[in-house]
Amino acid sequence: MMAGPEQSEPAKPTGQEPAGPAPTQERRRTTALNRVVVAVLCGLLGFAVVLQVQRTASGDTLQTARPDDLVQILDGLQRREDDLNLEIAELQDTLGRLQRSGASSAEALAEAERQAEALGILTGTVPATGPGVTIEIEDPDRRIPPEVMLDAIQELRNAGAEAFQVGAVRVGVDSAFTGSSGNITLDGVALSAPYRVTAIGDPPTLAAALAIPGGVLDTVRRAGGTMTVEQSDSVTIDALRPSRTPVYARPTE
Amino acid sequence: MYALLALIAGVAIGLFVHPTVPDWLSPYLPIAVVAALDAVFGGLRAKLDDIFDAKVFVISFVANVLVAAFIVFLGDQLGVGTQLSTAVVVVLGIRIFGNAAAIRRHIFKA
Repeated sequence: MMAGPEQSEPAKPTGQEPAGPAPTQERRRTTALNRVVVAVLCGLLGFAVVLQVQRTASGDTLQTARPDDLVQILDGLQRREDDLNLEIAELQDTLGRLQRSGASSAEALAEAERQAEALGILTGTVPATGPGVTIEIEDPDRRIPPEVMLDAIQELRNAGAEAFQVGAVRVGVDSAFTGSSGNITLDGVALSAPYRVTAIGDPPTLAAALAIPGGVLDTVRRAGGTMTVEQSDSVTIDALRPSRTPVYARPTE
Repeated sequence: MYALLALIAGVAIGLFVHPTVPDWLSPYLPIAVVAALDAVFGGLRAKLDDIFDAKVFVISFVANVLVAAFIVFLGDQLGVGTQLSTAVVVVLGIRIFGNAAAIRRHIFKA
């Protein structure tokens, strides 16, 4: 680049003084200088071309990109990031909803099983165990009427008993004592003395309920019988009732 | 001939030296290269026309490079750098094609 003005200065006199030996010598020198300058420029061009090609080939386009382009690229990336974030939030929402519904349906299932067990004990379709009392009623004179057995069950139920068994028959919501004194049947099954009643509930409360004045114990004694009540931490009721499917009744919504 | 040799020498130096381009120069280098190419093609055409003048060549070379760089610089300042770069490349490309066509006519007479 510095050669530019250098070579133009000696060129001026050649134009002004075309004759003489000095100009020809100078012209030769100028020509050599010109060639050098041209060569230097061409060399520079080749150098620059290689430089640029290598820079482009290195692939780091972001480094050479203009600020405007960079801003545009950044903008696009941010938009894409926003979109992806939105998608993440939606998917997490869905995941949470599905997990919640899964948990609640599991809870509902457990609750239904609990209810089924409770109802099974109540209706007598499943065996039950727990603290309770075992009652034995002797009736040597065969004078105890079915009403006494019914009273005994009612008293136990009032005292909070949850499951009953008389002899080999489970007592359910539609149980009935029938027959006459000394000839009692429960749901069509004939009972014979000594009548053995098992009930699950709080043992002292059940025992006290039967012993109240004018209660079951008194009635049995008046009829000439005896009654023993044995409290236990664990009695088992294993007689079952067949489950009944309602024919007419339907739950209302 | 010596110019061609110098060009090859420059390419060789570039290949062996692996210089790094300073950041301030990087936007102008490609445009400067294209501008210089235009000057070189112009010079080649003048040589074939037997009207080559080293002074004209040097001045046109330097001026081309400087003007191209200045236009790009101005474009960057005005916020239209990309478009002006494209414009410069298009104009120089047209000129290069014109010179190349003249050179072709000289060499192949067609």
